[in-house]
Amino acid sequence: MLSIVEQDLGTPKRESAELVTLTIDGQEITVPAGTSVMRAAALSDVKIPKLCATEQLEAFGSCRLCLVQIEGMKGLPASCTTPVAAGMKVTTQNKQLADIRRGVMELYISDHPLDCLTCPANGHCELQDMAGVVGLREVRYGYEGANHLVAEKDTSNPYFTFDASKCIVCSRCVRACDEQQGTLALTIQNRGFDSTVSASQNVSFMDSECVSCGACVQACPTATLSENTLIEKGQAEHSITTTCAYCGVGCSFRAEMKGEEVVRMVPNQDGHANHGHSCVKGRFAIGYATHADRIVKPMIRSKISDPWREVSWEEAIGYAASELKRIQAKYGRDSIGGITSSRCSNEETYIVQKLIRAGFGNNNVDTCARVCHSPTGYGLKNTLGESAGTQNFDSVMKADVIFVIGANPTDGHPVFASQMKRRLRQGAKLIVADPRRIDLVRTPHIAAEQHLKLRPGTNVALINSLAHVVVTEGLVKEDFVRERCEMPSFEKWRAFVAQESNSPEAMQAITGVPADSVRAAARLFATAGNGAIYYGLGVTEHSQGSTMVMGIANLAMATGNVGREGVGVNPLRGQNNVQGSCDMGSFPHEFPGYRHVSDDTVRHLFEGAWGVSLQNEPGLRIPNMFEAALDGDFKGLYIEGEDIAQSDPNTQHVTAALTSMECIIVQDLFLNESAKFAHVFLPGSSFLEKDGTFTNAERRISRVRKVMKPKSGYADWEITQLLSNAVGYPMNYTHPSEIMDEIASLTPTFTGVSYARIDELGSIQWPCNADHPEGTPTMHIGQFVRGKGKFLVTEYVPTAEKVNARYPLILTTGRILSQYNVGAQTRRTENNRWHDEDRLEIHPHDAEERGIAEGDWVGIASRAGDTVLRAEVTERVQPGVVYTTFHFPESGANVITTDNSDWATNCPEYKVTAVQATRVSQPSEWQKRFREFSETQETLLKSADVLYVAK
Amino acid sequence: MSNASEASADGHGGSDNLVKMANDIGAFFRAEPVREEAIAGIANHISKFWTKRMREKLDAHLKRAGDADLEELPREALRRLAAARTAPAPALSQAI
Repeated sequence: MLSIVEQDLGTPKRESAELVTLTIDGQEITVPAGTSVMRAAALSDVKIPKLCATEQLEAFGSCRLCLVQIEGMKGLPASCTTPVAAGMKVTTQNKQLADIRRGVMELYISDHPLDCLTCPANGHCELQDMAGVVGLREVRYGYEGANHLVAEKDTSNPYFTFDASKCIVCSRCVRACDEQQGTLALTIQNRGFDSTVSASQNVSFMDSECVSCGACVQACPTATLSENTLIEKGQAEHSITTTCAYCGVGCSFRAEMKGEEVVRMVPNQDGHANHGHSCVKGRFAIGYATHADRIVKPMIRSKISDPWREVSWEEAIGYAASELKRIQAKYGRDSIGGITSSRCSNEETYIVQKLIRAGFGNNNVDTCARVCHSPTGYGLKNTLGESAGTQNFDSVMKADVIFVIGANPTDGHPVFASQMKRRLRQGAKLIVADPRRIDLVRTPHIAAEQHLKLRPGTNVALINSLAHVVVTEGLVKEDFVRERCEMPSFEKWRAFVAQESNSPEAMQAITGVPADSVRAAARLFATAGNGAIYYGLGVTEHSQGSTMVMGIANLAMATGNVGREGVGVNPLRGQNNVQGSCDMGSFPHEFPGYRHVSDDTVRHLFEGAWGVSLQNEPGLRIPNMFEAALDGDFKGLYIEGEDIAQSDPNTQHVTAALTSMECIIVQDLFLNESAKFAHVFLPGSSFLEKDGTFTNAERRISRVRKVMKPKSGYADWEITQLLSNAVGYPMNYTHPSEIMDEIASLTPTFTGVSYARIDELGSIQWPCNADHPEGTPTMHIGQFVRGKGKFLVTEYVPTAEKVNARYPLILTTGRILSQYNVGAQTRRTENNRWHDEDRLEIHPHDAEERGIAEGDWVGIASRAGDTVLRAEVTERVQPGVVYTTFHFPESGANVITTDNSDWATNCPEYKVTAVQATRVSQPSEWQKRFREFSETQETLLKSADVLYVAK
Repeated sequence: MSNASEASADGHGGSDNLVKMANDIGAFFRAEPVREEAIAGIANHISKFWTKRMREKLDAHLKRAGDADLEELPREALRRLAAARTAPAPALSQAI
């Protein structure tokens, strides 16, 4: 069911310039052409009974409850499937209609349990409501005949229950799975009286293809599909709109509440990024916020071998500040720094970087985008002029050819993937460049025209060969380039990519992609109409990550695919606020709004506002911090919401660096891997416990709203403020809206942003200023942000990480739908039912050669380290390539990954590690040490009484 | 333990890494047909993204160990950066 505060107008909204006026029950109404009679009636507050219709789905016309009489039309048409027409005269209520509706309801109720008082849908059941609306007073058929009242419940899914006895076979769940999610996991099995909803081939929901997005639960008009939390807790009494804290899609949700308890999360129908859809993480996986592992009291210790000591906030903050000051006094101003997180809000990130620049007096601030999308910022800034994607998500609905490079949207960005799949089912063409056969390559009603199955590490070779085809086959959009781009840069680039060495035939030996496929893909992309590129970490996390981003921008410009709807360069951001954390000045060389610290005018602006002098030299990036720590120059680190000990590459290098520091302050929900090396633990707040904003992959700024008090007593921005005051730099914000006001006053792309304005518009895509008062859905219209688009020469430089006889396989890493990043949140939910350990995908040929069978323990050794995972033998990976996820710390995926990084940004090369895989019988030495260390750290935690206890 | 962390712990591993970083930057600019632009691009990149301490550390390393490990273009860029430090700092260019 929809949220308690939402009204369902029955059929989807239609956009049309043509307006149609009709009369419904004597009332004249004007609506866009294409609108259904049902929706037109609902818009004029005329309620037509309905069961199978819902605004989220196309009209179906099966329940026959919404019949109306239309003057001049034969019979009684269904108002949901009948579009409005000029001059139409509709009657929605008369005796004939009432009799029919009552008869329909009588049949429904004759095969429906009459346990309304104890039913989870009580108070929110559309069937019950309709029985009341039509005035059903008796069921003449009795309940003795054949019925479905004893149908068994399917409780296999941890988040929802399927109670078949309550099903009215309206097909809303089936249609939601088809139309909204695009998985097509549900069907109506059998015909007539025997019709039942079936998951896959009549298996349990858990065993079916169901991805647990919850669209079916939301679509169900009865209690047939109900959230388990709703069954357990009953109806919510209020609802607060907020933004999901998982991936970069940034779905809008209504948190349905009973007091301070979340009953359920319902995707917001008005959500600009998700339009009422969700995934298994955002809708269901919020249990971590009240998990027993949560630490809700501050703790300190002198050495990491000491037990943790629970202390007051005052003592914890005072100790942290005194340590930071002591270290600076001893080792110099630049000996400390901090790390912001893409899991934190814009306001939190902004004040952390402000604390570091103004309070610590240096620019040693970096963010976890360093290890994911820093090349995006760099590559797009230097080609197009702005460090951000060019479109909104809805733009994909106007794309004619969609080129997905190094991204796995169905797992990483599931709600946007559903929208993309909707467009592909409408006929847009698909090209996928990925070493693995991701699900999108072949999924119901969708098949990629080309799957360019390249070898990991050869992206730039591939993009150059695609560009070669465009340039040498006359496919360049010459007018666009001449008008919009720097011609000398274009000529230089054209001459470069036209070289024979960049041809698909020459590059085939490097990429492993047949030249014919490359040529076909290039022709399709350049000639199919609107070409839109979507890419992910499979592009950025390489030694040539920035080069590849530039290569993508080059291709988009050369084919004229920037600056309008349906096209563009679209980085799919991994975490909820990657875009925002970068926008907010988290990088050591940039102030908020991507302005270099050496720019005197900008720096003076911030110096004036912040009342201090600021360094004009860039600070340390995260990997540079590790190097400096190991060199003895860097001794103190404040980490907010980030877990570098698990997420950063070459774990042993990271932990060696952490061990060498004198004061590590971790602000987080849990004792994460980094916190095991910390001296001060400041208990943070979940997204449910604070106000703020997140900026998603579309540059969309959305509100995060507090639905409960912070479990530790303070929201994260308040904790940072306490620390800032303690180190001697005063901050006196009373609400995050004041922080946003300061951001807006100092950042030209945010001038028009305020909480009041976001509330008014629902969300805002920056730039939002005098030129764009309502934000900017599509960038670079008319001209590029930098003026003329700049082509850059992108030579393929092979990674230094080479396979050889000792390390003959390439390991690449990625994510899975049910888990999120380091797993700190999702591992503490029932999502583990889908994925409870990281496994090594290995091709059957490679497995056979090594005597490895499905489920065997496999030792994976690289030049950096080794670990052990269980094998999953699959043809999803190509021979010579193995793959794993990195959601579980004990997996040690990053023990294997190396220090190699992008030349421009030092974004780690997670996607290419030369390894050997061998069958083994026990965990690796690192895993044994890890287990021992973790157990010790958990014991040291037990001495402090700091864990959350549910009341 | 990893070789990388042991190499860094002696205080020189970081400098080796800086040489690698400089060479990696140089590799991107290798395809730039105008040599002067390539050198300026490398110098500018290092100025914009490296801390002063990192630049000093690399200078010290090069003085101590020589610059044979550096590729030709980054070597020239670093020489010019070192020379420029004795002269007033020019404004950073818009180039990458």
